[in-house]
Amino acid sequence: MKFSIFALASNAVSGHDRWPTYWRTPQPRPAYDVVIVGGGGHGLATAYYLAKEHGITRVAVLERGWLGGGNTGRNTTICRSNYLWDESAALYEHSLKLFEGLSRELNLNVMLSQRGVLNLAHSLHDVREGQRRVFANRLNGIDAQWLDTEQVGRFCPILDVSTRARYPVLGATLQRRAGVARHDAVAWGFARAADARGVDIIQNCEVTGFDIREGRVRGVRTTCGDIRAGKVGIVAAGHNSVLCALAGLRLPLQSHPLQALVSEPIKPVLDTVVMSSAVHVYVSQSDKGELVIGAGIDAYNSYAQRGSFQVIEQQMAALVELFPVFSRLRMLRTWGGIVDVSPDASPIIGPMPVQGLFLNGGWGTGGFKATPGAGHVFAWTIAHDEPHPLAAPFGLERFTSGALIDEHGAAAVAH
Amino acid sequence: MLLIPCPWCGPRDETEFRYGGEAHLARPAAAQELSDAQWAEYLFMRNSPKGLFAERWNHAAGCRRWFNAIRHTLTHRILAVYPPGEPRPESEA
Repeated sequence: MKFSIFALASNAVSGHDRWPTYWRTPQPRPAYDVVIVGGGGHGLATAYYLAKEHGITRVAVLERGWLGGGNTGRNTTICRSNYLWDESAALYEHSLKLFEGLSRELNLNVMLSQRGVLNLAHSLHDVREGQRRVFANRLNGIDAQWLDTEQVGRFCPILDVSTRARYPVLGATLQRRAGVARHDAVAWGFARAADARGVDIIQNCEVTGFDIREGRVRGVRTTCGDIRAGKVGIVAAGHNSVLCALAGLRLPLQSHPLQALVSEPIKPVLDTVVMSSAVHVYVSQSDKGELVIGAGIDAYNSYAQRGSFQVIEQQMAALVELFPVFSRLRMLRTWGGIVDVSPDASPIIGPMPVQGLFLNGGWGTGGFKATPGAGHVFAWTIAHDEPHPLAAPFGLERFTSGALIDEHGAAAVAH
Repeated sequence: MLLIPCPWCGPRDETEFRYGGEAHLARPAAAQELSDAQWAEYLFMRNSPKGLFAERWNHAAGCRRWFNAIRHTLTHRILAVYPPGEPRPESEA
């Protein structure tokens, strides 16, 4: 069913009990052309673009839990493309452009709100790095502005830009096209659109091993039985290392908890996204009125989807430092996701040393913004058996060649 | 917050410690003879198991000494701590 004003009207008349489910719940078939391991946004986007752009519809997405229940449902929904290096700028901008047409593409409102993202500078070094990034972004055709302290104060009046602050705001980068989107809708939209093109989405099905013979992957072993596959794409975020270990591969990834939290809902007070790597917090206000707040990872390796309390305490201190107006706001709930952090804060996209096995991972703390773009280039990579031109610099071989893409500065999350 | 038993100071809050990542990574002796792939293996490739993990901690705001710990990465339970240079204890299960 296509969502439209007419569909809405006719279902309103019939009491809203005839809306179809978004996707089927099929039993796994014995064999697929492509099996995607991981039913988050990236995996579902990959399946969708495989079906749509490459005509590969014998595709299964296997999800251990429920769709979008991992990092897709646990992030702070920020979308931006203001990365420093050409390779990253091209990839993230590709994604932001796809985001800009995504609601129409998927026939589902992903509620992209391009409200702008501020990255604050609190030291001379921050100022220089921020300005450098603005210039780099512009050279790459990405909108970017430098705001001085007074302009920051005008753009976000509740931010404390006075010189009284312990770490005064000296300026900020602003990407106006950046913003937030509804994370669940992105997963559901891709799932629904992929399902409509024949992709089997199989939840509660955990991959427990790979069938690898003569250096080529032949299928996956799952809790729902063995499934043969021509190609396998691993898109499992925090669990990429665990899955690749099952295939006998080691990765330059470490899994850490990344916590976020929301406040009680309040009336609209913050109409942009504010990020500070120096005092270290990032915050936006959701449509429900909750402040959505995040910061850095927990230092230790973990798969527990929870972290230590002092990490939250520190980001609260940073939040109140920047926004004294929030000092008496109560927090509603916290959660953690497991992020796979790479040494250069850039993703790993491409073929693995096992033939027919592909990885899209290492997104660490910043994968949500890349959901459509990563899915798009990863589908191309799987379909063509070679990296998409935008994905080529992000192959695993960069750790051997030394051509790292160091985005720690633009990642805005310390790790 | 983790309660980490420093082998020299006893149990202390996690905030007193710095994390050092995977333990038992020995710098190859003949460094000048390594291939690029061997360098990548030493510098970047890591185990990140879901389960018991041998890792390094530094008691930065305490005795400032390094030590190793065996910790479960799902339950966060610390099963053993031991000085650097000692082999990984076998008794864990």
